[in-house]
Amino acid sequence: MAKMTMVQAINLALMQEMEKDDGVMVLGEDVGKDGGVFRVTDNLMDKFGPERVMDTPLAESGIAGFSIGMALHGLKPVCEMQFSGFSYFAMHQLEAHAARLRGRSLGRFHVPMVLRAPYGGGVRALEHHSESREAYFAHTPGLKMVIPSTPRNARALLVSAIRDPDPVIFFEPKALYRAFREEVPEDEETLPIGKSRIAREGKDVTVISYGATLHSVMEAAEKLEEEDGVQVEVIDLLTISPLDDELFSESARRTGRVVVAHEAPRSFGAGAEVIARLVEKSFLYLEAPVRRVTGFDIVIPLYQREMDYLPGVNRVMQGVRETLDF
Amino acid sequence: MTTVKPDAGVRRAMLSQMIFIRAFEDRLAELAPQKDALPGMQILATGQEAVAVGVMAPLGSEDVIITNHRSHGHLLARGADPETLMAEIMGRATGVNRGKSGTLHLIVPQVNALMTSTVVGAGPPMAVGAAFAQQYREEKAITVVFFGDGAAAEGSVHEAMNLAAIWKLPLLFVCENNCWAGAQSLAEHCAVGNIAARASAYGMPGQLVDGNNPDEVLEAASQLAGHCREGRGPALMEAFTYRLRGHGEHDRQHYVDPEELALWKAKDPVTTYGVKLTEEGVVAVQDIESMEREAGKRVDEAVAFGQSSPFPKPEEALEHVWVESPWGTP
Ligand SMILES: Cc1ncc(C[n+]2csc(CCOP(=O)(O)OP(=O)(O)O)c2C)c(N)n1
Ligand SMILES: [Mg+2]
Repeated sequence: MAKMTMVQAINLALMQEMEKDDGVMVLGEDVGKDGGVFRVTDNLMDKFGPERVMDTPLAESGIAGFSIGMALHGLKPVCEMQFSGFSYFAMHQLEAHAARLRGRSLGRFHVPMVLRAPYGGGVRALEHHSESREAYFAHTPGLKMVIPSTPRNARALLVSAIRDPDPVIFFEPKALYRAFREEVPEDEETLPIGKSRIAREGKDVTVISYGATLHSVMEAAEKLEEEDGVQVEVIDLLTISPLDDELFSESARRTGRVVVAHEAPRSFGAGAEVIARLVEKSFLYLEAPVRRVTGFDIVIPLYQREMDYLPGVNRVMQGVRETLDF
Repeated sequence: MTTVKPDAGVRRAMLSQMIFIRAFEDRLAELAPQKDALPGMQILATGQEAVAVGVMAPLGSEDVIITNHRSHGHLLARGADPETLMAEIMGRATGVNRGKSGTLHLIVPQVNALMTSTVVGAGPPMAVGAAFAQQYREEKAITVVFFGDGAAAEGSVHEAMNLAAIWKLPLLFVCENNCWAGAQSLAEHCAVGNIAARASAYGMPGQLVDGNNPDEVLEAASQLAGHCREGRGPALMEAFTYRLRGHGEHDRQHYVDPEELALWKAKDPVTTYGVKLTEEGVVAVQDIESMEREAGKRVDEAVAFGQSSPFPKPEEALEHVWVESPWGTP
């Protein structure tokens, strides 16, 4: 097994799926000749040619609509938005069509497309290059919303997303693109969309997270064990929608205390839905109010203040301690 | 194309501004790789200075501009204060946006620069709205919106052109065609090879100019701005130029043909205009030297101002979400 960065792992998924299925197409701004801003699509054009790896003009609405059309006619487009912050021109195509065509055609048509986009902060970028707006997509019935957290699960989830018969929005935490390497098997591997995982076992408190924030949570969990002797269970959502509420509800019933952590703004974020499900499914087991450790309801600030905005290790630890002290 | 040469004073001023813009951005290029000197990427308009000064020259102070991610030259040519602009690019609390925007979303109300957006294609529809307001209020002012050749492929730009045309709004579209959109060449993203040709499809005048020649840009801009100001509807100017430093300071330009780049470097508007004005006796070599010294001094001052300014306080990040912050005033 080779040790890979998330960039390499995603590239591997694209390579292998394109090799396997000549209906898989890659398209977007500078994804071909240039290999993408983050080099995720490096070498794909050399290997598969400009017919299957298309450099498109700046036209996000066109890219999304074009992908929907291809998908309706039997292809499997994987389109890229250069940054998630530039995906809103595409939104009406996704919301009004990609998400609805299965229903509108009574299942006679479906839209097997993937829209990939780097998202999230922590790389000292400017506005529109750091945001975390997964809730827009997760709030749209008919779209699936996936966010990996490691190279290996990114590869496996992207393969599943490409094979999924429905439109999948695949957000790649850009802070993790080259943050660390992980063994990724050369042989095909998939992970089910709609299933979360236990990233760390513990009995005292459950912390639910995803994306880059998951790594702050893992670090916080280690420190809490060292400093306070507390055993934190960590759930990695992996799919935001459809949300797997079984795993975390079960965990919450065991620990009785829950914290949700994400870098997206607090209000109406994924955490709000997670907590609603907990209240519906595990209310009587909860021994403390569920806390959120999140970004603020503002535009993510520039680098000097970015770390204050992001839910880092200290804020997660504080949230856990408050929940335990309740 | 230039028929009447502009006034010598105007030409000297344009040259001096171009030299200053170049010095300002060269300093940003120096600072960009230094750790923590500047937040985020730096997208410079090196090689495009003639467009900025030529378009701004015929505008009045009441006119509005809306620009894009490559905005430093536009704003400086429009008269923005270099110190507070530099401070903003450095993310400092004394910046034009109190350190909240950095380079990509500069707003300078003092010079009627209503908006800068890094979202490619976002500016033109808003410019239509501003131009409508000017028309509705019976102002004599016009709006000028800058966008790139790449942006011309966005649907929003087409929508904006059509809206401005059907409502005959005082809006000058300025497409800076610098031959690249990211790593994509003009030929790859535009089937007809120029943007000005689109004007006729919307029923407005369209003019292609040499964007490296400030005299030519100025003349076209005066004519087209006059057309807009007289209530005859919008106009489109395409300034053909080149992006000499790549998309941004991070760009290795591995996809650019070195010969093509060399060709355009030889046409560097700052140098060629200096030579031209010297040859025509409009300026002396010593004048250019003193313009360069002066520019260097002003840039030093701007950098010193920025570097000695504090960063915004953490609480300030919570301000200006709504009319009153729900978190109260810090
Ligand atoms: C809607 C949107 N899509 C993609 C981007 C990323 N991006 C920023 S500038 C740029 C190239 C723009 O080309 P052009 O309009 O020609 O302007 P230039 O950079 O050449 O000045 C791209 C792709 C963006 N900022 N906004
Ligand atoms: Mg361009």
